Parts: sequence; C-alpha cells; structure tokens
Amino acid sequence: MIRSHVLVCGGTGCTSSGSPAIREHLEKELQKQGLDEEIKVVQTGCFGLCALGPIMIVYPEGTFYSRVTEEDVTEIVSEHLLKGRPVERLVYNPKTEEMPHGVTSLSETPFYKSQRRIALRNCGVINPEEIDEYIALDGYLALGKALTEMTPQKVIDLIKSSGLRGRGGAGFPTGTKWQFAANNAADEKYVICNADEGDPGAFMDRSVLEGDPHAVLEAMAIAGYAIGGTHGYIYVRAEYPIAVKRLKIAIDQARAYGLLGKNIFGTNFSFDIDIRLGAGAFVCGEETALMTSIEGFRGEPRNKPPFPAEKGLFGKPTIINNVETLANIPQIIVQGPEWFSSMGTDCSKGTKVFALGGKINNTGLVEIPMGTTLRQILFEIGGGIPGGKKFKAAQTGGPSGGCIPAEHLDTPIDYENLKAIGSMMGSGGLIVMDEDNCMVDVARFFLEFTVDESCGKCTPCRIGTRRLLEMLNKITEGNGTLEDLDKMEELCHYIINNALCGLGQTAPNPVLSTLKYFKNEYMAHVVDKRCPAGVCKKLLQYVIDPAKCTGCTLCARKCPVSCIAGKVKEPHAIDQNKCIKCGACMDNCKFSAISKK
Amino acid sequence: MKSLQELAEIRERSKSKVALREGHNDMRIVVGMATCGIAAGARPVLNALVEEVQKQGVSEKATVSQTGCIGICRLEPIVEVFESGKEKVTYVKMTPEKAKQIVSEHIKGGKPVYEYTIGEK
Repeated sequence: MIRSHVLVCGGTGCTSSGSPAIREHLEKELQKQGLDEEIKVVQTGCFGLCALGPIMIVYPEGTFYSRVTEEDVTEIVSEHLLKGRPVERLVYNPKTEEMPHGVTSLSETPFYKSQRRIALRNCGVINPEEIDEYIALDGYLALGKALTEMTPQKVIDLIKSSGLRGRGGAGFPTGTKWQFAANNAADEKYVICNADEGDPGAFMDRSVLEGDPHAVLEAMAIAGYAIGGTHGYIYVRAEYPIAVKRLKIAIDQARAYGLLGKNIFGTNFSFDIDIRLGAGAFVCGEETALMTSIEGFRGEPRNKPPFPAEKGLFGKPTIINNVETLANIPQIIVQGPEWFSSMGTDCSKGTKVFALGGKINNTGLVEIPMGTTLRQILFEIGGGIPGGKKFKAAQTGGPSGGCIPAEHLDTPIDYENLKAIGSMMGSGGLIVMDEDNCMVDVARFFLEFTVDESCGKCTPCRIGTRRLLEMLNKITEGNGTLEDLDKMEELCHYIINNALCGLGQTAPNPVLSTLKYFKNEYMAHVVDKRCPAGVCKKLLQYVIDPAKCTGCTLCARKCPVSCIAGKVKEPHAIDQNKCIKCGACMDNCKFSAISKK
Repeated sequence: MKSLQELAEIRERSKSKVALREGHNDMRIVVGMATCGIAAGARPVLNALVEEVQKQGVSEKATVSQTGCIGICRLEPIVEVFESGKEKVTYVKMTPEKAKQIVSEHIKGGKPVYEYTIGEK
C-alpha cells in the first residue's frame, strides 16, 4: 500500500541538473530501506523553479526539496521517508527568517503565490507518461463532453466567447480561426500543433509537452471535431528529445484507450495524430513555412493570403495552434468560458506562461493572469536581480520582440499594451537585463540570430537584416557615425513593411526598441566611442592603477599576448595596441589594481 | 473509449493514485516514526493506517503522514489525528488492530475512540 509519493522533476531543466540520477538513486535507497512498497517515485514535468533543480516534492506533506544531490537523497530517505523528519536544511525556503519551521506550503511561497496555473496545471503534478493520472484529474473529460453533448459549432462558439487568443505571439482569436476553417468545405482538413519553439531562452511549450502531453492531444482532437478534420500533426523540434518521447508515449496510450482513432466515445468522430520532427530552423515556427516543411519541402514561408484556414497543409483548410493555446482548451470546456474570461484584461483573457531567464534570481517557468505587471513578475515572482544590481530592461518576444525599459515596469502585460510600448507578447520568453548589459550588444545578439535564421526567400529579410547587423557591428566596434543611426532606423521600417513573413517583419524590433529607449547608449558608442556597460570589447580599455599596483608581475605572466610591461616592484602598464581585452590580467590581479573603462 | 461512463470509471479508479498529491484533506493522521516509535512497532501501525484509509474509501478525506518523536516515548506507538477546527486527538500504544478501528470509527464515523486516547487512561 502506497503511503507517500515522491515527485521528482523530469523536465529539461532538472534533467540537465541531474534529476535522472537522483531518481535512480532514490529508488535504490528506498529498496535498500525496504520502503519501495510504501513509497512511490513519480517522474513529473516542470515545477517551474528551474533555477533550484533538481527538485523533489514529498507528498502528502508537500515538502519541497531543492538542489538535491545523491547524498541528500540518502539522508531524505532515512530521515524523512523512514522516520518522518523532513530534512530542513534542504527544504526550499525563500524567507528563512520568517518561517522558522522551514516547511512551507508550496503555494504560499512568493514564487507560486501570484501564479495562476492553467496551461501548466498538471506540470509537476502528474506523471506525464501515465494516461490514468491525466484522466484522474479530469483529463479527456472535455473531449467526451464536446463529442457527446455539443455540436461542432457550439464548441467554436464556446471558444470564441472565452476570449482565448493565440499564445504563439500574434494573439489572433482562436475561436475565429477555427470558425474560418470550419466554414471552408473540403474533403479533408488538418489540425496542426505548432511546437517549433525557437526563441532563444524560451521553454514554455517544451515544458507543457514534457509535463502534460495529453492536454495537447485532447485539445487537438477537440479542434478536429470543431472544424471537421480527422488528422492532426504535431510539428516539434528534434532538439526536444524528452518532449518527443513523451508525446509518442502519450499518443500510444491514447490510441490504446480509443481516445484517438476511430469512433471516439462511440460517436462517428475519428481522429488521429502524427508527429513531425523539425530540424530546428527558426523560420519553421512561422505557420506557412511549417506547413511547407511538413509537406516535405524546404521550410520556406508562403504568401498570405490564402490563409491556412482556407488553403493550408496539402492545399486543405488547416488550423495551426500553438502548444500553450491548445493546453488551455480542455480547461475552458470543462470549467466554462465565463471562468476563463473572468481572468485577464479587457482584450486579453486568461493567463500567459513566461520563461524567465537572464539576470533574475528565480530562473524558471511562471504562469500569470494577463494584466499582471512586469514589476510583479520580476520582483515578486522572479525574486529580483541577483547581486543587488540595477534593472535595465526586459526583453519579451525573443528575436521578434523588443526591450522594455524600467519606466514601463508597471504596464499591465497584455497583447495590446506590449505592442504599444514597442515590444510584443511573443511566445513568452522573458529575458532580464541589468546594468552590466550593453543594449547595443543585445540588439546585435538578436540580429545575429535572425540573420542566421533568415531563410533567404525574400530580399528585405535576407539582405536587409544582414546590412542592419553590419551597421550594429560597426557601432559596437567604435566606427559608427550618427548617420548610421538614421540609416538603421530607415532600414528597420523598410524591412518591417516589405518582408514576406513574420520572421522578417519583426526582426528589426530589437533594434528599434533599443534605439527608442536606449538612444543614449548608442550615442555613447558613436560619439564618445565608449561602451557604458563595459561589454563591447573594441571600446574597452583595461588599465592599471599605478597607485595600487605593487609590481608583483603576475598579470604580465598571465597575459597571453605579453602586452604588459614593467619592472619588478614597480607599477606595470598595458600596451593598448597589443591588448586583446581578454580580461585575464584583471581576473588574476590580487590587489584590484586593474579596471576596465 | 466508448462512453463518458467508461472514462468516469478510469477516473474513479485512478483518483486515489493522485489524491495524495492534492494535500487539501480535512484530516491528517500522523504517526510518530522516530527511533522510539519504530522500536515500539510504529511501522505496522503506519502500514495498517494507510491500507485501511484506502480500503474504507476515506482517502479523499484523510491523509496519513509521519512525524518525528512526539515526546512521550514510553507510550509509543503514538498516532495523532488532526482535524481543522477541532482539538487534536492523541492515541497511544497503538497496534494495527486498533488502527483499523480508529479509521472506521473516528475517521469514517467521526467519533474518536476514547479508550485508546492518552487522556482516558
């Protein structure tokens, strides 16, 4: 008889910090202590607090252990699981001084308190490889309800009235999209799940697929029923091996239960799903390129119109929904559209998942109601910026988005507001930058990414982004002119207006938003030939303070290009012409005599 | 899957598997599992409690967990029942048989078994 469950995170974050070994060790230890009949080890999806992985939760107590090592496991088994004494030293406790007992309810911690988990509701709760656990928490109930009690039109109306909008970035109303596809008569229609998540630093969809794959399958079947389609494709990156494996398991289990296949729930409705692996091209996240790729061609976008709902995959009406959008759908049907639309702002209902990364304490995955401010996300949930550094900007929407400066921290987050301040919702990557980040360099980084990922089909994107990058490089190297700034801005608008697909149309956003909010940094690079944050190497100078230098010669010996000279016990000096700005001298100086300017 | 009925059956069957993780149960049955408790036979008591809670269908009402030394080692094995809004009930010198009775009379029936509690000795 099982008396306790130990949940070990099997998301990608915790897997890379070693959770598979922890789980194996835990199972061995339980066996050794004769507890394997009483205590069940469950592998789950992402809990969200990836910064503290590997993560382990013991139920029924709900004790949350973070940064668990193999030795810790031995202690947890013999102390907590055998003798009932939680190992307090390992318990996650964000405010030690206020909670002397250490053991806090997870939902009470600042990280989870303001979150509202809908798309992530099962992540970190169920074992994603067990369909029964999904069903136990009302899984497939929405599909059953839709098929047996609702007409397809009723399903569409329900999704429309919930106000759900696409979570992939553009925010198109999901119900309307379904309606278009339903209205187009055809002998076959397709449902595609866009799981080609490619923004640097984004892992929302990955976590949903890894933690709750059945929710996506269920939603796809519901979408198929609503539009009259019988076949679905999940287009997922091959770089997501755990997600692919769990999707495969989930599809097999759903087929075995008859939740996919012919005559689902005894009705005439049949639906099946196949997985298509993407090779990791960023452009394939663009819906028309994605369809071209599924069709077996090189992933390049096509002109719109015709929109996919009209002429999509293999020329048939198709709907393409993002993973997170789909993960919301079963809940909307079970709990009702009013429940869903009670959350959020006027035009943006429900919640949004963000992947927090960059200069932030609680790196991880958060789901918040729309309308939460950036300040709440970063400073309450995210735990602020490490090392007491000053916040500079937050980047939303990845390479297609923009940077939000401190003055807009209190803007309630929704689709319209983010657009109004020059960024976009995007898929949900949220990268935090502090005073040590150079905004010109940030823009250059994202541009480098889009230049790399541009498919080359249209000229504004292929050549335009490259020219933009060249100008940015020129500026970071100290060769930029004021004229370049004007030219860049003009080129940005040209690309936005003329590129073929979403990738090109949004690629200049990082440049435009940094130009708008951090013009002073550009000016410093161009006019003063100086990088205020000390990032751009070509504009840096390492200098030795003669007053502090003791002439120990350590730096001279460490310098890989021998550009430091000086006599023993006398102040040294750096030859700026030879210096390669590697920073080895500064790292090694024992007297803090070297600084960068 | 032929019907909603069939889905409901799987749901009911699987619910107890995940109920442990919700942790919102009204009643908590806590077994003292320090060295003193284990030496006095707390382990069979704990197992009996877990088994009976499942068997008698009260797993959504009560969770069984353990704690360290409660402090009166001479009366181990000790089991305490916490219920929100009520004073806790402490049972002493427990056995698997007594545990069974406590689940059916106290947890299920709502009436503490006074003859096994610490006060009524």
